[in-house]
Amino acid sequence: MSKRYPLVFWTGFAVVMALLIVAPLVLPEFWRRFVTEILIWGLLAMSSDILIGYTGMVSFGHSAFFGLGMYGAAAALLTVKPPNLWLAIAYGLVGAAGVALFVAYFSTRLRDIYFAITTLIFSQIFYVIIFTWTEVTGGENGLTFSRPRLTIPGLYSEPFDSTTLHWFVLAVVTASYLVLRRITRSPFGMVLQSIRENEPRTRAIGYAVERYKIVAVMLSGLFAGLAGVLYAIQNRFAAPDFVYFLVSGETVIFNVMGGIGTLVGPIVGAGFFLLLRETFSRFFTEYYLIPVGIIFIAMVIFMPQGLLGFARRWLNR
Amino acid sequence: MSAADTPEPLVSVEDIHTYYGKSHILDGVSLRVGAGEVVGLLGRNGVGKSTTLKTIMGLVSPERGRIVFAGKSIEGLPAHQLARLGIGYVPEDRRIFRLLTVMENLRTGLDRHGVTEARKRELLDKVFAYFPVLAERRNQAGGTLSGGEQQMLAIARAMMLEPKIILLDEPTEGLMPRMVSQIRQIIDALHRDGVAILLVEQNVPLTLEASARVYIMEKGAVRHHAAASDLKVGDAVIQQYLGV
Amino acid sequence: MDAVVAFLEAIPYDQILIQTVNGIVTGMILALVASGLTLIFGIMDVVNFAHGELFMLGAYMGVIVLANTGSFWVALLLATITVALIGAALQVTTLRPLIGRDPLTTILATFGISLVLQNYALWAFGPVARKIQEPFTGHFTLFYLEYPWYRLFIAGLSAAIIGAFWLFLKYGKYGIWIRATTQDRVMAQAMGIPVPWVYTFVFAIGAGMAAASGVLFGPLVGVNHTMGLDWVLKAFIVVVVGGMGNLGGSIAASIFISLLEAYASIWVSPAQAVIVSFVVLVLTLLFRPTGLFVPTPK
Repeated sequence: MSKRYPLVFWTGFAVVMALLIVAPLVLPEFWRRFVTEILIWGLLAMSSDILIGYTGMVSFGHSAFFGLGMYGAAAALLTVKPPNLWLAIAYGLVGAAGVALFVAYFSTRLRDIYFAITTLIFSQIFYVIIFTWTEVTGGENGLTFSRPRLTIPGLYSEPFDSTTLHWFVLAVVTASYLVLRRITRSPFGMVLQSIRENEPRTRAIGYAVERYKIVAVMLSGLFAGLAGVLYAIQNRFAAPDFVYFLVSGETVIFNVMGGIGTLVGPIVGAGFFLLLRETFSRFFTEYYLIPVGIIFIAMVIFMPQGLLGFARRWLNR
Repeated sequence: MSAADTPEPLVSVEDIHTYYGKSHILDGVSLRVGAGEVVGLLGRNGVGKSTTLKTIMGLVSPERGRIVFAGKSIEGLPAHQLARLGIGYVPEDRRIFRLLTVMENLRTGLDRHGVTEARKRELLDKVFAYFPVLAERRNQAGGTLSGGEQQMLAIARAMMLEPKIILLDEPTEGLMPRMVSQIRQIIDALHRDGVAILLVEQNVPLTLEASARVYIMEKGAVRHHAAASDLKVGDAVIQQYLGV
Repeated sequence: MDAVVAFLEAIPYDQILIQTVNGIVTGMILALVASGLTLIFGIMDVVNFAHGELFMLGAYMGVIVLANTGSFWVALLLATITVALIGAALQVTTLRPLIGRDPLTTILATFGISLVLQNYALWAFGPVARKIQEPFTGHFTLFYLEYPWYRLFIAGLSAAIIGAFWLFLKYGKYGIWIRATTQDRVMAQAMGIPVPWVYTFVFAIGAGMAAASGVLFGPLVGVNHTMGLDWVLKAFIVVVVGGMGNLGGSIAASIFISLLEAYASIWVSPAQAVIVSFVVLVLTLLFRPTGLFVPTPK
C-alpha cells in the first residue's frame, strides 16, 4: 500500500489539476467564478487545517487573517498607482502576519477552548475596529478598487480576465498546497502532530512547544491572508463582513466537512459546502443555512472524520 | 473447588474481555460471588483487579463476555442503573465528593426513589453507629477529612444505596494499622448484615482472614481459586502470584 | 490647584450616576445570560455557542405569547418553559451523542445549532424587528432624566432568578446531584445519579435563563434574529473574565464590564464602547488567565 500510495496520489493530483485547468475553458461564466471561489475558500480552509488538524488548536480567528489580507491588498491597490499585483500580495501578507503575531502570542498561553473563544473574540475586535474606523477602512461599506494587471516583471503585463484569473488563483493555491504538504510531512510537521496527540509528552521529550505553536499560527495566518488577497483581487472589494466571526465559523465547517488533518479535505469541504449552498439556495433562497446547518450537525455527530475520512474508510474495504 | 455450591450466585462474571484503547486489560476473567459472601481478589499491581470491579460496576464496558447480577444480564448497562439495582462501589483513592459536606455525600446515595423518610433516618442512624466520627463531622466538607475518615465516608456512602454487594477496591491502602483493623471490623459487620463483598486488596493476611474464598489474578485473568481457609500467607501459590 | 478643581468640576457626575444605574441594569441581564452559559460549561464542559439564539428564541416566544394573551407575565413564564424544553430536546438529540468525545465537537455542534436557529427565526419571523411592550410604564426622576421603573425591575428580577437558582444548587435535592456530578461525574454515576439526565436538566435550565433574559430585555431593544450574536460574544467575554464555571465570577464580571461600558459611552459611541469589554478580556488573559474574580490558585 505504501509503495502504491504515491503513485495513486500523484495520478489523482494530475487528474484533478487537469480538470481545474480546463474548467474555465468549458464552464459558463457563473461556474467559472464558482470554481475559483472554491479554490480561494479552500486555501483559507487549508490554512486553518494547519492549526486544527495538525497542531490540534481550534481557531475561530481565521476571519481576522483573511480580512487583514483582504484589506492589506486593498490598501496597496488604493494607495499605490498603478495598482501592482505583487505589492498587493505583499501588503496583504504583512497585514495578516501582524494579526498572526498578535494571536500567536496568546496561543502559547491558552489551551483548547480558551484559545478557541479568544480567537473568536479577537476576530470580533478587528471587526469592530474595521467597522467603526470609517475614515481608513470605509466602515460598513468597505472599500472598492480595481483589479491590478497580471504582471510578470519584464515578461508579461495583461489585465486579468476571468480565465487567466482562475489560472492565477489555481497556481497560487496549488503552490500553497504543495508547500504546506511538504511542511506537514517534514520533521516540523511531525512535531506539530505530536503536539496535537499529546502536548505534555511532546514537551517532556524536549521540544519547545511554544515555538512550534507560534510558527504554526504564523504559517496558518499567512496562507489565510493570501486567500484574503486573492479574494480581494477577484472581487475588487473589501468589506467588514468577511472579518466577522461567522466567516471563521464557516471555515471550520469546511474543515470538519472535508476532514481535518488532511489538507485536501478542507478544500473538498469548501467545495461541498458551497455546492450545498448553491443547490439549497434554489429551493430555500436565503434560508439555505437551515438544511445545510442540519447536515453539518449530522456530520459532526455521525461523520466526524469528514468526507475524506469517510471516503478513505470506504476505499480501504 | 467450585463456588457453584450456592444455588445461584449473586454476581457471576463470565469470560470478560475489556480493552483500554488497544490494551487488552481483561483477558477472559470469570468469577462468582454468592449472596452474602465475602470474596477476595488478589494480584499484583496492574493485573486488572480494579478494571474488573469497574467493569462489574458498569463504569467500563466489556468488549465480550457476560455479567449476571441477581439473575439479570447487566453487561453494558450504565453505572447509575446498576447502583440502583444494588451494586455499591468504593473505589481506590476513595473519591468522595470533596466539596460536599459529609451529610451531602451521604445524601447522594440516600435520596433515591421509593425510600421513605423513616427508612432514610434508619440508614443514617445505622451508618453513624458504625462510624461515629462521621456523625461528628457531618457538616464538614469531605475534603477536610483525614484519609481514614474519607475511607469510612466512602464506605458509608455506598451503604446508603442498601446494596446487595459492595465492590471494595483496596480499602486499607495508605491507612494506619489501627484503621486497617477498623476496616476489617466493618467488613465483618457488613457480612453479618448479609451484604456480599468483593474485596480487592494488596493486604494478603487481611484478605485471607476476612474472605470465604479467594481468586488470584495475573495478566488480566483469574489464575487460581481457593477457599481462604486452604491458603496461608507463606504458601507457594501466594509467592508465585504475589511475590510476597 | 485650579487645574484640579477645574478637572473635578468637569466630571459629569449626573451622567456618571445615570450610567452607573444603566450599567448595573445591563449587567444584571448579562449576568443572567452568562450564568446559564457558565453553568453549562462548568457542569457539562460544553461551550454553548447557541446560547445567544436561545436568548433570541425566548424573546420571540415572548412576542408571540404576548400578542396572544396580552400578558407580559404569562409570556415570560411560557417563553422560559418552552425554550427550556427546546434546550432539553436539543441536548438529547445533538449533544448527548457527543459526550466523551473531543470538546471541539460540542463547540461545532452548538455552532451549527446557532446557525440553524438564527436562520429559522429569520424564516419564521422575517427581518423586521418586533417589539415587546413593557408590562408597566412609569418613571422616576433621576437628575434630568425620567428613568423607567421597568429597568430597575428587570435588574431586580434577574438577581432574584440567579439567587433562587443558587439556593437550589446549595440546598435542593437535585442541587446536590448537580454539584456531585460537577465534581466527579464517574462517582456520581456510581451513586445512582443519572448523569445524562442531569446534563439535560442543566442545559434546560441554562436555556430557560437565557430565554427569560430575552423576554426581559425585549422591551429595551427590538427583537430580531441577530440579537443573539452580540449577547453571546459579550457573554463569552464575561465567562472568561469571570472564570469559566465560576457562577459568582461571571456575575461580578458582568456588572464590572457593563459598568465600564456604560461609563465609556459617556464619551464615545456605543459601537466603540464595546471595545472596553475586549480590552478587559485581553488584560485578563495577559495577567490573570484563570479569571479576574477567581482567587489565585495556590
